[in-house]
Amino acid sequence: MSSASTTPPSVDKVDGFSRKSVRKAKQKRSQSSSQFRSQGKPIELTPLPLLKDVSAQEQPELFLKKLQQCCAVFDFMDTLSDLKMKEYKRSTLNELVDYVTVSRGYLTEQAYPEVVKMVSYNIFRTLPPSDSNEFDPEEDEPTLEASWPHLQLVYEFFIRFLESQEFQPSIAKKYIDQKFVLQLLELFDSEDPRERDYLKTVLHRIYGKFLGLRAFIRKQINNIFLRFVYETEHFNGVAELLEILGSIINGFALPLKAEHKQFLVKVLIPLHTVRSLSLFHAQLAYCIVQFLEKDPALTEPVIRGLLKFWPKTCSQKEVMYLGELEEILDVIEPTQFVKIQEPLFKQISKCVSSPHFQVAERALYYWNNEYIMSLIEENSNVILPIMFTSLYRISKEHWNPAIVALVYNVLKAFMEMNSTLFDELTSTYKSDRQREKKKEKEREELWKRLEDLELKRSLQSDGIIPT
Amino acid sequence: NIKEIGPGVEPLASKMAGADSDDSLYPIAVLIDELRNEDVQLRLNSIKKLSTIALALGVERTRTELLPFLTDTIYDEDEVLLALAEQLGNFTMLVGGPEYVHCLLPPLESLATVEETVVRDKAVESLRKISHEHSPVDLEVHFEPLVKRLASGDWFTSRTSACGLFSVCYPRVSSTVKAEIRQHFRTLCSDDTPMVRRAAASKLGEFAKVLELEYVKSDIISLFTALASDEQDSVRLLAVEAGVSIATLLPQEDLEALVMPTLRQAAEDKSWRVRYMVADKFSDLQKAVGPEITKNDLVPAFQNLLKDCEAEVRAAAANKVKEFCENLPEDSRETIIMTHILPCVKELVSDTNQHVKSALASVIMGLSTILGKDNTIEHLLPLFLAQLKDECPEVRLNIISNLDCVNEVIGIRQLSQSLLPAIVELAEDAKWRVRLAIIEYMPLLAGQLGVEFFDEKLNSLCMAWLVDHVYAIREAATCNLMKLVEKFGAEWAQNTIVPKVLGMANDPNYLHRMTTLFCINALSEVCGQEITTKHMLPVVFKMSNDQVANVRFNVAKSLQKIGPVLDSNCLQTEVKPVLEKLASDQDMDVKYFAQEAISVLSLA
Repeated sequence: MSSASTTPPSVDKVDGFSRKSVRKAKQKRSQSSSQFRSQGKPIELTPLPLLKDVSAQEQPELFLKKLQQCCAVFDFMDTLSDLKMKEYKRSTLNELVDYVTVSRGYLTEQAYPEVVKMVSYNIFRTLPPSDSNEFDPEEDEPTLEASWPHLQLVYEFFIRFLESQEFQPSIAKKYIDQKFVLQLLELFDSEDPRERDYLKTVLHRIYGKFLGLRAFIRKQINNIFLRFVYETEHFNGVAELLEILGSIINGFALPLKAEHKQFLVKVLIPLHTVRSLSLFHAQLAYCIVQFLEKDPALTEPVIRGLLKFWPKTCSQKEVMYLGELEEILDVIEPTQFVKIQEPLFKQISKCVSSPHFQVAERALYYWNNEYIMSLIEENSNVILPIMFTSLYRISKEHWNPAIVALVYNVLKAFMEMNSTLFDELTSTYKSDRQREKKKEKEREELWKRLEDLELKRSLQSDGIIPT
Repeated sequence: NIKEIGPGVEPLASKMAGADSDDSLYPIAVLIDELRNEDVQLRLNSIKKLSTIALALGVERTRTELLPFLTDTIYDEDEVLLALAEQLGNFTMLVGGPEYVHCLLPPLESLATVEETVVRDKAVESLRKISHEHSPVDLEVHFEPLVKRLASGDWFTSRTSACGLFSVCYPRVSSTVKAEIRQHFRTLCSDDTPMVRRAAASKLGEFAKVLELEYVKSDIISLFTALASDEQDSVRLLAVEAGVSIATLLPQEDLEALVMPTLRQAAEDKSWRVRYMVADKFSDLQKAVGPEITKNDLVPAFQNLLKDCEAEVRAAAANKVKEFCENLPEDSRETIIMTHILPCVKELVSDTNQHVKSALASVIMGLSTILGKDNTIEHLLPLFLAQLKDECPEVRLNIISNLDCVNEVIGIRQLSQSLLPAIVELAEDAKWRVRLAIIEYMPLLAGQLGVEFFDEKLNSLCMAWLVDHVYAIREAATCNLMKLVEKFGAEWAQNTIVPKVLGMANDPNYLHRMTTLFCINALSEVCGQEITTKHMLPVVFKMSNDQVANVRFNVAKSLQKIGPVLDSNCLQTEVKPVLEKLASDQDMDVKYFAQEAISVLSLA
């Protein structure tokens, strides 16, 4: 295309017009939870004495009263309403946090339902709609929870309660039940990262202390992930849930139950297909490697799964897959490697010849990994023929000089590994290409004949052939 | 990942080849090789042409060899599977017609159990399609057992798929089988996995439609009630839609007792998603329950939705304002609107959320036809005017884009005083998409406001857009001029816009000069031969000497474009020499476009 630069008039700048659009600075947003029709008359709480100011016998009773008071939920979007009472609840919650941390003998049986009730009233709510329709966690600022000044203390209190030495799961399990856990898991969709962080600790403690809820929690996480992968592609807390799962998988007994293997193959592997993979890939890869360290026999299904879902258009994701594969190869057993090497290196050979240099580079870095190198060397008679065509071609054609240099090193390594085979492949390179071309031509001819046949038949028997 | 084909196939293929001389050319192994090519793209291409392969094999071998192969190789990339699922829905004739259609069930059954939703959905779609080609006997012998197997599958995917198949086989099977189908559907509605309950909830309305009324009352209502109070809001919201379908099936006297309590509860659900769904389906709901329930129940429910605490819900409800009012029973329509709806609408005009205001602005003008001239002037006009001054351009745009409704009732003059500032402001909005949107309404506005008003107030705006700094705006402005000329005629064009457009040919900015050419491209045809030859062409010729190559090759393009409008004499004596000169330009692009014009106009 011709450019304007051939003209002398000075008014003609490069684009001829000044750029007017200026991007507005993004403002921080905060949003309140969807408290459906909670607003109304102002909330009145009667101030109670401090716990430390009453006798030890009176404390449990006062503790209960304070818990009941803290069930009152305030509207934080209205920054002017109930200021005094908001402050009073904040200080009461602070007092309760301290109290459960240091006190002994406070936890009567009556306290359990009240604690769970107070926590439920405060944290369980329908999460508000996301402000932007297409919330992109990488680009957009998260919407922060407006009621955090109270919410944080409630979470803090609940965690101290769960961690308290006096805490007895056998009593608590009447109140911290499946329904409670289900609502807790729904909150992981919160846009506020601070809340998700607390939820992670809470769920981790509950999983640790309530053996009866473990299978249920795992199943519900399963459902959340499946919905995320196959229905909505939207859930803010995937990374946090995976982090908890990482430690859960770590504790699985051997041999692994069928349920756990199914979770790996049918849930964790498909999680790789999601668009927002980069947000939780590290945690996901950790879980996968945990599984393989537990049971190396799972290597083959895992690698086959990754190969099935290998990204076709997203180079960024391809780089992530390659990173994860290297983590897997780091712990692979040689017997497993042999089972998977053919499909695996067919894919690696494609990556190596990717026109996107980051993909090619990431794949070629495998040859810097000593353990992977040793595996390749042991199996060079299988791997070299798979890789050779790509490497040979890139060494001549790739646009990026850094890639060409890396490929030369890899070719050199192969030559040293198995010079006989290398020479053989070099000498047959041309005839192999010709054979491929011939095959390609035969394919085309076959299809042409088939299409002629279709045409002929449809002329013969009009109307039978669906179009 | 593709299963090896057994050694037994080859002899079978060659044995059968003798029957049909055509087929001997295509041993199945060769064809199957194509279906398992290592390259996914080639495999995909082959699957997409599966009908050709089937045709080459003939119906019998398609049934005995191709389909078993396909059934066994279901493990592949989802994209291939999707193509396969789609193909099989059109395969009935290729396996020998309806008599043999059940041969297609095994591969489709496997496809209906895979994880990927799009594949599964396509398999279900194909199964639904071919279900109609089954005879009633085949339906009971082959199809219904498949549905049962899917419904009791281990993994949730098969149970999800089953939900979509009940309604297609139910009407054509015996009453015993019908009872079984109802039982299976009931089980899936209370499935352990929310994914399955969601699938069941989304098919509940469809299933209800094919059931006998007694079973709708006995079975469906209890399922509906249960799903509508599910612990997951994603299930509850799907039940809302089913509720609307069910309501259309029931006689009026049963509605109150059977569906209304549940629907009322949904309108006040604690999850905004469910309330949103109610708002979104409100018009359908209104039609389904009839005028009495509308008056007693829906009006207050609608008021609540318009006042909901979540903006999403208010916006969805605001979108329905016009439709809801339109469908109110005639005898009380005006009273209800004036006393119940309008107060809420007034509040929404000053809502804090722009999506709510903009949703309202897109329908509010429609109320004027319902309320008539006097009410419109007294009650609606102030609202329109307020929205025309709204801070959010979307809102103003939506009002302007619906002016025609008001025009019919009170005439646009009532608004024109406020309209003008609003249009001017939008025309200069900082966001180019807003400017683009208002340009698109210009021809409509011009038609409604008349040529005088236009010349006086809007013409300068239209010309100003021609020098906008965003190309898309300049392009739209060009197209706008053409539409205006179509409305106001060539004479108007010659007097008002052509001189201004041609004046830009001397602008120091080459982009403005090019705009002249783009305008000429757009206007020459509507302005006709005379104006083009007399006024435009000389300017174009003059520009062929421009210093900027971009202008010169656009001259070539323009000449190619306006050539058909000119007479042949002019083409030969005037256009041809100019193009020939450009064809020997030193710039290669200018040369290229000049040569192209010469050949298109056949001047060589």
